Amino acid sequence: MAAAEAALSACLEALLGSRSHANRVFEILELLQAEEEEVVLSAIRTCGRLFGAFLEQGELFVGQLPPEEGPLPESHSAEEKYKIWMRHRYNSCVNCLVELMSHESFQIKECSLCTLMTFVELEAKHPLVKAEWSFNFPQELLKLVVKGLISTEEDSSLLISRFQEYLEHDDVRFFAMKAVAENIGNVMQKTKEPLPVYQKNAFTFVSSISMPGNESEIKTFLVKHANREEWKVSKLKEHRRAFERMWLGFLKHKLPSSLYKKVLAILNDSILTLPHMNEPTLMIDFLTVAYDIGGAISLLALNGLFVLILHHNLEYPDFYKKLYSLLDPSIFYVKYRARFFRLLDLFLSSSHLPSYLVAAFAKRLARLSLAAPPDALLMVIPFICNLLRRHPSCQVLVHRPGGPEEMPADPYVMEEEDPSESRALESSLWEIQTLQRHYHPEVAEAAASINTALSEMEDDLMELMELTSYEIFDKDLKKKATAVPLEYQRVTGLFGQKNDVLAEYFTLE
Amino acid sequence: MGKPARGKKSGPGAFGRGPGPAAGSVRGNPFEVKVNKQKFRILGRKTKHDVGLPGVSRSKAHRKRTQTLLKEYKEKDKSSVFKDKRIGEYDTKISPEEKMMKRFALEQQKSHEKKSIYNLNEEEDLTHYGQSLADIEKLNDVLGSDSDSEETGMLSAELTAAHFGGGGGLLRKKALLGQENEKDEKCKSRKELIEELIAKSKQEKRERQAQRENTLELTEKLDNDWKEIQAFLSHKGSKSETKHKVEEKVKPDEYDMIVRELGFEMKAQPCGRMKTEEELAKEEQERLLQLEAERLRRMHGEDDIDTKKKPKHISADDLADGFILDKDDRRLLSYNDGRLNIEDDKDEDVEESVGRTEDDSEEEEEESEEGSGSDADAVDSHSDLESDDGSVEKASAGEEREKINEGSENKSPSKDQNAKKKAAGLELPYTLAAPGSYEQLKALLLGRPVEEQLLVIEKIKKSNHPSFAVANKAKLEKLFGFLLEYIVELTAREPPELKTIDKLVLVLYDLCQMFPEAASNHVKLVLQDAAHDMEEILETRGRAPFPGLDMLIYLKIVAILFPTSDYWHPVVTPSMVYMSQLLTKCPVTTLQDVVKGLFVCCLFLQYVSVSQRFIPELVNFLLRILHTAVPSRGVQGLSLMHPFRSLDKNCSLLVISETADTKTWQKQNLPLRTVIGSKENSRTEVNHLRLSCIDMCLNLVKRCAVLYGSLPSFQEVMKPIQLLLSQHVPVSAYPAQLQEFHNSILSQLETQGPPYHPLVCEKSDSIPLEFSFAPRLLRNLEFGRKQGSNEKEQERKRLIHRHKRELKGAVREIRRDNQFLARMQLAEITERDSERKRKVKQLFGSLAEQEGNWKAMKKKKF
Repeated sequence: MAAAEAALSACLEALLGSRSHANRVFEILELLQAEEEEVVLSAIRTCGRLFGAFLEQGELFVGQLPPEEGPLPESHSAEEKYKIWMRHRYNSCVNCLVELMSHESFQIKECSLCTLMTFVELEAKHPLVKAEWSFNFPQELLKLVVKGLISTEEDSSLLISRFQEYLEHDDVRFFAMKAVAENIGNVMQKTKEPLPVYQKNAFTFVSSISMPGNESEIKTFLVKHANREEWKVSKLKEHRRAFERMWLGFLKHKLPSSLYKKVLAILNDSILTLPHMNEPTLMIDFLTVAYDIGGAISLLALNGLFVLILHHNLEYPDFYKKLYSLLDPSIFYVKYRARFFRLLDLFLSSSHLPSYLVAAFAKRLARLSLAAPPDALLMVIPFICNLLRRHPSCQVLVHRPGGPEEMPADPYVMEEEDPSESRALESSLWEIQTLQRHYHPEVAEAAASINTALSEMEDDLMELMELTSYEIFDKDLKKKATAVPLEYQRVTGLFGQKNDVLAEYFTLE
Repeated sequence: MGKPARGKKSGPGAFGRGPGPAAGSVRGNPFEVKVNKQKFRILGRKTKHDVGLPGVSRSKAHRKRTQTLLKEYKEKDKSSVFKDKRIGEYDTKISPEEKMMKRFALEQQKSHEKKSIYNLNEEEDLTHYGQSLADIEKLNDVLGSDSDSEETGMLSAELTAAHFGGGGGLLRKKALLGQENEKDEKCKSRKELIEELIAKSKQEKRERQAQRENTLELTEKLDNDWKEIQAFLSHKGSKSETKHKVEEKVKPDEYDMIVRELGFEMKAQPCGRMKTEEELAKEEQERLLQLEAERLRRMHGEDDIDTKKKPKHISADDLADGFILDKDDRRLLSYNDGRLNIEDDKDEDVEESVGRTEDDSEEEEEESEEGSGSDADAVDSHSDLESDDGSVEKASAGEEREKINEGSENKSPSKDQNAKKKAAGLELPYTLAAPGSYEQLKALLLGRPVEEQLLVIEKIKKSNHPSFAVANKAKLEKLFGFLLEYIVELTAREPPELKTIDKLVLVLYDLCQMFPEAASNHVKLVLQDAAHDMEEILETRGRAPFPGLDMLIYLKIVAILFPTSDYWHPVVTPSMVYMSQLLTKCPVTTLQDVVKGLFVCCLFLQYVSVSQRFIPELVNFLLRILHTAVPSRGVQGLSLMHPFRSLDKNCSLLVISETADTKTWQKQNLPLRTVIGSKENSRTEVNHLRLSCIDMCLNLVKRCAVLYGSLPSFQEVMKPIQLLLSQHVPVSAYPAQLQEFHNSILSQLETQGPPYHPLVCEKSDSIPLEFSFAPRLLRNLEFGRKQGSNEKEQERKRLIHRHKRELKGAVREIRRDNQFLARMQLAEITERDSERKRKVKQLFGSLAEQEGNWKAMKKKKF
């Protein structure tokens, strides 16, 4: 261990001292493949110092690199030959480091990432390519880094979060976005099936990129250039384009379902609502696909679609029909219940909706509430009442004075997918009437509100949306009671109550 | 200050009327009258201010100012005021007599007040017939003072008449005297008369004093004699002697105690005749009926504020510990099989000491000397005594007492149990201190058989009855909590000791009846912990397992202790919410979970069996369980309304794996310990358990169908289950018994359900529209008034107008006040100046005179 370190420092000194010891560079490169973690780490550091110094001193060949195997043209001087040779060593070192980014030790990963990024910085200052124009950025090197970051084998979210600090530089971010877009294109083209690990890494990377708000914010650069205003990296529009291309490239491919939820969850907050995309309408494809998947994913896609419909004039045929079909018994049990009902409230808030549609929604919600827990009931009953308030023509659902005396069955057709065919307007909200017999007093009270004419004011749903059953429990428990009524019928034992249900099915022993 | 012109009518100003006659004469004077010229004469308008008397009104205003403003101005910097504080001096409502009475009372009060607050000895004397009580208590004075008071109490008629008779009395007296000594001078002068009276009364007094001295002497003599005799009469002192006696002997001997006991023994009070058995039954029936009515009222959630029971009377000695005697606790003498009914010894002792203070007024002195306020101490010492007794004479006396105890205790269910208790009780100390911690209780109960454990708890309960000491209440309340904890331990044992719990429930019930508040708080705490734990697990893992057997038992105990049919109940409602959480949030992964879930379902149904409330989660859960009975390949392609797809991994938990096992299955009740899950069962047993679960599930479905048959949307509620049962459940694989049952349920589900009536809101009290075709008329259409607006607006305008005018008037008044004041100040200054001038002149004059004199002198000299 110590010996290796000593050898490394000796090599470093020798190499920096004179060109005659050039071959000792192989010793260092060898140690990069070593077994022990410590050795590899110090080797990485040595590489960083060595090639950093070379880059600064201009010891590396600049320009189109000739292949190593082929004979070198005679035109090169001995020094040039040396530089070409050293440049090859540098390349192999970079390749090694990229490989090390998928090492199992995080420290090694991190160290190699940092070293690579110092190379990026130095290369930008001392370009290895003949400058075609005054601005240059080691894009090839950055692509390699990005490739290492978005691993196909393992979760590299930690490393990506380490990379965040570099992403604060606008130029790095810009080229990284380009590199990601290219990388995703390359990798995903090969397979048709989703690659969960890779896509998850890509998502972590992509979602961690935060865009500047306006052009004046673009001022932190890794590489300083003289008249950078002319550089396209300092144009916000270019940034946006890169951003858009990256996202679209990422979303173009089929995602695993767990990732869908994550993407959709952040989609609205960070992408659609902020004007980072030149053309948000390009997201339509993705959203419609997600919306058709069904279940919770549909619920989430709803939000994005709504933004598009509202702000970008998206025409979505059968939107309400789809929305209607989203209502199934599970909506009261999913995690996104509050979010979904907030959106539903929003969609149904228009007073220009046809009454058959509103009635169908109200009736369907009422029907579903027959299997809902109390926390959902406390929210959905006022919700239905609000619907009826907004659309007085739907109040026949609770008040049909001149109707037939008796009906053989409920005319409402639950199985019908089209709300216009569901015959909801002919029905009544017997379900709410049923809930008046609910065991929880608050639910029963809420349901009893349809017995009298509804008040003008709409109920405030905001607090009820977030209600959980534990909160109900807590509220009930903390309610002050004046007196505690007691059971007056004495029992004879654990199962000894009058008409004990348990005693009919269970025995003590 | 108000406006003089207006204020003259209402104000107290007598000056307003002052110039009245003068005004009359002035009015005639054309130089005083100012006529306000009017531009137009309008018919029908009455003008008030056409003629004015500026001089008069000015002088009036001036006068008023001098009386008010000037006064104020002059007293501006003077702070002292004169206040008349005589009582009722300015109160016209009080009559002069009353006024005098009050003043007199105040004076008396003043004379009685303490001279100094630091003088503690100087207390107000309590009097009785004008004699200070302190004097009365001195025994040797009693007789004398008595007679004295008697004498003084009854004033002789003559004296009264003479002193208080007033004029009339005197006259009468005169007449009387005239009759008596006619020959004397007809009209004795008044002075003589009084002198005579005084002499007479003095004479009487002297006589009385002599008599009293005589009596005193005799009494003393008698006392002395008595003391001599008393020495021979041992132990039988008179009342006045007892105090010396008690001081002498600290310990009363046995005989004395018996005598006293006999004396204090409860007197037989008249009581109603013994009730016959039918009557007792009827009473019980009535009580139950009343309780049931109350329960029903709570079930319907009617407001119970007005009907809330108030304790009828709160005694001043109430400790506010919520301990209210429900019924009159005074014991009536009663007989049982020819023997006197005697309740608990200690109770009686307490009663005794209380009764003593109340009843025996004769013994007042004795009591006071012992310390009359030591009731509580007495109780304590008694109980101490008891416990000492118990520990010392365990076997002999203990048994006897116990007999009495159990004779009186009507709670103890049966005789053989009593016998058992007695047998076990021989090894136990008679009284047991309440455990201070759960560990103590555990130590007490550990290793004892069930009966003995119960006995121990019973004893703790009895020896710490709250009527013995105040602290006992808290102790027993704690005991309730410890017992709840103990139940957890019992269920955790292997196998769970459910029999013990079965018996413990009774104890819990009794304790709960004693302390509803504390018991409910304990149960609430348990519930809260359980719900909190579940919530935490849910948050971290997203799903929570079913709780253990202990929690299920707790839920059952809640149903036993509290009425589950209430509309809202502080304990029952949260526990129902908790059960709903269990049914919706806990995944069903094993057969044990199924059994637990079904247990909760049964409990839930038990909770609502009376109130017939609707539980959506329950129906849903049954559907979910039935779902697991469907082999998975059959379900595909079906749209099942099932929100738990993600929760239940084991989709075919209840699918019977071997049809042969169905033959051997027999319907039987599940033992409770299957909830915990026993050792690895054989495949047959597992299949049997599955069949039992399915059976129970179907039973519960049927129960639900009966319970919810009257719900308006019964069909919709039951439709998913019906679909599942009719199409997907593999009935053919089940035993015949189950198949039949299945068919009957299906037919019931199909046929039942009420008809649909369209909903109609209740009529709200809408205001009926008024259709009237009469034209709208403005009522006061007058010119000169602001028009074109409604009444409110008019009123507002009027008020604004008035405000404006008042403001103007007030400003004017203030201006005039200022002018007046300035005038006055000027007058003051001029007066001061003229005075000064005068004085200066005087001085100059005197100086000139001096000078003149001096000069004259000078001239003279020379």
